[in-house]
Amino acid sequence: MEKLTKLFADIQVLLGTYGGAYLNGVRNTLILALVATAIGCVIGFLCGILQTIPHSKTDNMVKRVLLGLLRGVIRAYVEIFRGTPMVLQAVFIYYGLPYFTDNAVRFESVWAAAILVVSINTGAYMAESVRGGIISVDPGQTEGAKAIGMTHVQTMVNVIIPQALRNIMPQIGNNLIINIKDTSVMFIISFTEFFAAHRAAAGATYKYFPSATVEMFGYLCMTLVASFILRWIEKKLDGADNYELVNDDQLVMAAGTYNYPDKGTPFDERHKPSRDTVIQEVKLGRNRGER
Amino acid sequence: MADTILEIRHLSKSFGSHEVLRDIDFTVSKGDVTAIIGASGSGKSTLLRCVNLLETPTSGEILFHGKDVTGRGVNAPEYRSHVGMVFQSFNLFNNMTVLKNCMVGQMKVLKKSKEEARQTALRYLQQVGMAPYIKAKPRQLSGGQKQRVAIARALAMGPEVLLFDEPTSALDPEMVGEVLSVMQDLASGGMTMLVVTHEMAFARDVSNQVVYMSQGVICEQGAPADVLGNPQRQETKDFLARFRNS
Repeated sequence: MEKLTKLFADIQVLLGTYGGAYLNGVRNTLILALVATAIGCVIGFLCGILQTIPHSKTDNMVKRVLLGLLRGVIRAYVEIFRGTPMVLQAVFIYYGLPYFTDNAVRFESVWAAAILVVSINTGAYMAESVRGGIISVDPGQTEGAKAIGMTHVQTMVNVIIPQALRNIMPQIGNNLIINIKDTSVMFIISFTEFFAAHRAAAGATYKYFPSATVEMFGYLCMTLVASFILRWIEKKLDGADNYELVNDDQLVMAAGTYNYPDKGTPFDERHKPSRDTVIQEVKLGRNRGER
Repeated sequence: MADTILEIRHLSKSFGSHEVLRDIDFTVSKGDVTAIIGASGSGKSTLLRCVNLLETPTSGEILFHGKDVTGRGVNAPEYRSHVGMVFQSFNLFNNMTVLKNCMVGQMKVLKKSKEEARQTALRYLQQVGMAPYIKAKPRQLSGGQKQRVAIARALAMGPEVLLFDEPTSALDPEMVGEVLSVMQDLASGGMTMLVVTHEMAFARDVSNQVVYMSQGVICEQGAPADVLGNPQRQETKDFLARFRNS
């Protein structure tokens, strides 16, 4: 008990002196994670869409070569950035560019470097998620769109991408939460996020454990809020469970041909979207975060 | 002779070495209701999918108002917007409401204004009896309701021909009637239709041309009274006998 009292006292001391630094760290971490996840999603969607351009053996040579090249480049990008630690990527990009260009190309702000590194890293993971999300949309949807005369681009924009986006929302959430935590490795290029505040505070006061407690609590709060917001967005995307009948025809109502949709569970016919999401999550697993 | 809309000439389709369709020939004139019948695996659906270019024919021609649509450089999306299709599995867009399903094609493909698209969509939804459900999402509807929306979606594009690929096969028995009666109304309204079906009663009562397919070829074709009432080939007789017994 007295240990706990001591811990609280220590934390109080830490917050008194370094409270501003911690808060500043939280702010920087959140901004970096949000911006980089957003840019990463854009990169991921671009790669995913480019990778799923349909191709057939009857296409002309130029198109086939271009598509093949494109796939190769995207594949290489995904494998390299998924297959190396983000700490090293940060070092490579932040110090590597000035090294090779004799300081002609360098980062004026550590922000630009940090956002760039985290974005392209997220993009590499998202590329695969988006590809999976697009593939998992029922092929019948594409056929339905084609049958009313939509072009490939129209089909993608109006029918496939919105459904793929819904399917991969859990993955986007995963990425945001992982980014909130993993941006801590950006201390390597002296980016002052939340974890950097711990290094500063603990280095000066030697209160390693109390500071780590503050950090743990802080990170958990951030991720909990993030996951709460993401769930809420998912709900919004699904729309209402019920619908109103537009009652402009008394005969239809009198004939009793309307029905009330039941609440349902994720595993019955009516609730296909949420069942698909469950299947999707099981299939994709948590494939990040173990780096 | 009535206006010829579709002419299918020597159409063949193979998947690898497997020949699914062989030398198919028939003509669809304006106002015709053609029922395509035959056992499973006889190539009926593939034929319909070829007509809509969802499958590329291996050889042969499909003439739409006299112009071949199978060649290179044909604008397939443009052609498809004149040829509606209703699928066995409905294929309604899951991310849109019933109304939006019927509007999106008009707005994106036919470039109609939102208000115009809405009016047209409502008119056809009314026709198939789904107007009260415009705010529902496809997942909230029953099979028969979904199929009626799918028909309205196809009609809203103002097609010259409507293709039906086993429209009632995925439905519970009590919902088959509502879809068939919508189709019957369309036929009596003069819609040109090509229907792949297992509903012999529909073929007999509604169509004016029946095509019986077996193993990728047209075995027998003609007026329903002839093909269904007085089949010439033994295969056709056997096929129809199975339906009579059931």
